[in-house]
Amino acid sequence: MNTTLNQTQSQPTAAQNRRVEYLTPLANILETNDGYLLEAEMPGVNKDGLDITVENGELTIVGHRAPVENRGREVYRESRSFDYRRTFELDPSIDTTKVTAKIDQGVLKLHLPKAEAVKPRKISVHD
Amino acid sequence: MSLIRYQFPELSNRSSFDHLNSLRDEMSRLFDFSWPSRDTGLFSGWSPSLDVWDDKDNLVVKAELPGLKKDEINLSLHEGVLTISGERKHEVEKKEGQSFRSERYFGKFQRSVTLPTAVDATKVNASYKDGVLTVELPKAEEAKPKQIAVNVS
Repeated sequence: MNTTLNQTQSQPTAAQNRRVEYLTPLANILETNDGYLLEAEMPGVNKDGLDITVENGELTIVGHRAPVENRGREVYRESRSFDYRRTFELDPSIDTTKVTAKIDQGVLKLHLPKAEAVKPRKISVHD
Repeated sequence: MSLIRYQFPELSNRSSFDHLNSLRDEMSRLFDFSWPSRDTGLFSGWSPSLDVWDDKDNLVVKAELPGLKKDEINLSLHEGVLTISGERKHEVEKKEGQSFRSERYFGKFQRSVTLPTAVDATKVNASYKDGVLTVELPKAEEAKPKQIAVNVS
């Protein structure tokens, strides 16, 4: 029950020694005509806790949880208090200068527009 | 005498399911692949995680419910059982185009928790922020810890 609290007390495995623990946020990715819409679930994270970077064609989203005040004795626990982190490989067609992000009730929404050059274009036919 | 399953000392505080979960996390990290989250029960679509805290005067129940609207969450308290239910609806109408990943769950959910002490149902307070529902349930007077003065005559 006390998984999170016991993490520090129990013998850390070799893997735990090497890195910080993160949760992988669940994500949906949808392609639209203009680009991609990426949604990621990060309950407990607000705007200030977000860290979004694009580097070497990879998008990394990190969500730090807003600090929670101590609420007394823990009776039952299922949630895990680690921060969130996930990396996605970006399609080369995405214009990384125009990526926009917002977070609403713990769901991050990233809009990744395609560069103008690769958008489908209708070509009119002259007489 | 009671029978207690023998556990290896280093595992004592963690259930075997915790180990399964951490193995799953390791696998996810290796392949940058997300297994259906631990929130997803085996038989139900979505089972949001619940925490219960006990400070002296209140029970506090927290549930991770990302991406809902306030009025999509229903709370009920009946005979000491708090039930959180609701439905998460698709916000984006099915647009043309291809779905690359679809890990989020949409649809109905319900969780119930038996409260460990009696609470005053008329003073329950709930708030929803950053996708986390927090329900504060003040303990009933008879369930609060009391100082009893001892008179020595």
